[in-house]
Amino acid sequence: MLRYLGKRVIFMIISLFLIVTATFFLMHSIPGGPFTSERTLPPEIEQALLEKYNLHLPLHEQYVNYLKGVVTWELGPSFTEKSSTVNDMISRGFPVSAHLGFQALLVAIFGGISLGVIAALYHNKWQDYSAMMLAVLGLSVPSFILASFYQYIFSIELGWFPIAKWDTWRHTVLPTLALSASPLAFIARLTRANMIEIMGQDYIKTAKSKGLSTPVITVKHAIRNALLPVITYLGPLTASILTGAFVVEKIFGVPGLGREFVMSIQNRDYTVIMGTTIFYAMILVVMILIVDIVYTLIDPRIKLGGSRKE
Amino acid sequence: MERILEVKDLHVSFHTYAGEVKAVRGVNFHVNKGEAVAIVGESGCGKSVTAQSIMKLIPTPPGQYKKGEILFNGKDIIPMSNKQMQDIRGKDMGMIFQDPMTSLNPTMTIGNQIMEGLIKHQNMAKSAAKQRAIELLEIVGIPQPDRRVNQYPHEFSGGMRQRAMIAISLACSPKLLIADEPTTALDVTIQAQILDLMKDLQKKMGTSIIMITHDLGVVAEMCERVIVMYAGKVIEQGTVDEIFYNPQHPYTKGLLHSVPRLDLNRDEPLTPIFGTPPDLLKPPAGCGFAARCDCTMKVCLEHDPELTEINASHKSACWLQHPMAKARTGS
Repeated sequence: MLRYLGKRVIFMIISLFLIVTATFFLMHSIPGGPFTSERTLPPEIEQALLEKYNLHLPLHEQYVNYLKGVVTWELGPSFTEKSSTVNDMISRGFPVSAHLGFQALLVAIFGGISLGVIAALYHNKWQDYSAMMLAVLGLSVPSFILASFYQYIFSIELGWFPIAKWDTWRHTVLPTLALSASPLAFIARLTRANMIEIMGQDYIKTAKSKGLSTPVITVKHAIRNALLPVITYLGPLTASILTGAFVVEKIFGVPGLGREFVMSIQNRDYTVIMGTTIFYAMILVVMILIVDIVYTLIDPRIKLGGSRKE
Repeated sequence: MERILEVKDLHVSFHTYAGEVKAVRGVNFHVNKGEAVAIVGESGCGKSVTAQSIMKLIPTPPGQYKKGEILFNGKDIIPMSNKQMQDIRGKDMGMIFQDPMTSLNPTMTIGNQIMEGLIKHQNMAKSAAKQRAIELLEIVGIPQPDRRVNQYPHEFSGGMRQRAMIAISLACSPKLLIADEPTTALDVTIQAQILDLMKDLQKKMGTSIIMITHDLGVVAEMCERVIVMYAGKVIEQGTVDEIFYNPQHPYTKGLLHSVPRLDLNRDEPLTPIFGTPPDLLKPPAGCGFAARCDCTMKVCLEHDPELTEINASHKSACWLQHPMAKARTGS
């Protein structure tokens, strides 16, 4: 187990290094720079700015400097928001995004699995059709439409929840619902498909022949086996949902990380692009490792480290 | 003799997009207490559907119990609710399935799978149930049962899984055990071991067994009586000796001719039954076997023969058994 983890951590570091390298050079190949704007700056001032941020150095030197920064987790100053560093931005934005993301994740997982299980148990009955109708809506309606729709119904018409801003728990409800819609729908469809397959398995018939009731069979025999593919999907989903969703954050005025990330690309704010990308990549590789470990808890046939014995 | 199970005029259909498949079309038979009965027939003749109907494991829809009665201990189970059936399944009836590789839950330990039935039907505490599970594993001949009880199915070989499956089905000492081709997926040496085990347990526990199979060797080894099914109907039934040495229905004769025999000339080729069984979407008006039969008469194509008694235990559904046919041929 420890050996396996050690091996995985080394691979994680290698993938992160590759991601940093690729992002760095891709970013510098985009035309324009952080100080390009409609009003051309006098050359002297631009030169001074470049020198202040060490952008006048040759690319490979900048790259080495940046790598040093990453290792020490000093992600540098933001070029457009002069007052704060990238570290500041992440520690400011991430808790908000993570809070919103975590709530949305819970709603998506529990809602999606329950909806999927119900649909599978009532296969081809009205419960199934309505659950899948909801799922198709959730998948096909873009989140900005859904978000505006929620704002109109629940804030303007009914007045149940505040329309925007990030303050009390009541403020988090609408963005959570908007953010969770599409993963919820996806998980529901995935769960339903797997449940239907599992319910046709021989061991479900065995369980029935023991005289177990349908709820017991569903909970003890079917769900666990049906969840493996769902867990595969949960790894990347968690990473992307925790690090912020640009559209939903923008519409509800949530000061999260997703907004910073998208703005930074428009502004060619090199350090912020790099910082948020690395941060996202780190969470992603960690989540994938966690998913692999969770597999072994759910399916005894999967052993870590490739040491399978038959 | 006391009858543990009596199936009367059972009709089971499946509603598919193509139409109604009449899988079982009027099956009659009974099983006595402590007796082993074989149901034989080729694939698709309705033997598994009959077996699963007895436990009411046919999913409805698409399945439907159209007609008939299944008397278990004298009570008809067809109108019983799901709840009532759950109390019977596992407790009074157990079932062993064909493929031990897929009939055990891969993410649950063998012990837990055995314990489930015990906890449900005998209100055992978890620790007592586990103790009983270890005993059961020992009874079915699994070495080191106290270690094995905590293992998962993938850590068992095929034969051991089938032993574990037998332990599950016998956990609550059922009165009737339905074995749906229990040895088909196993290799020959393991087959013999599993059959010995089942025979042994049957003697010890006095369980009645319904053995579904298309392996006539298994029948001779295990059973006292044989029910031959074809195209959803019982076409012949009798004791093992009657069926093997004095088969009456041309289909039964054909089945026996298509099996190699050690006591006959080895150079003689086996005789298969030519053709295929009828499509049960549109079952024929007459005898289901008429299209493949060597002795087809005009009446066979138009009228379905009833089961005729040859003696008290031996019955056959063939027009050749009709008194008039006998008078003609003089046999």
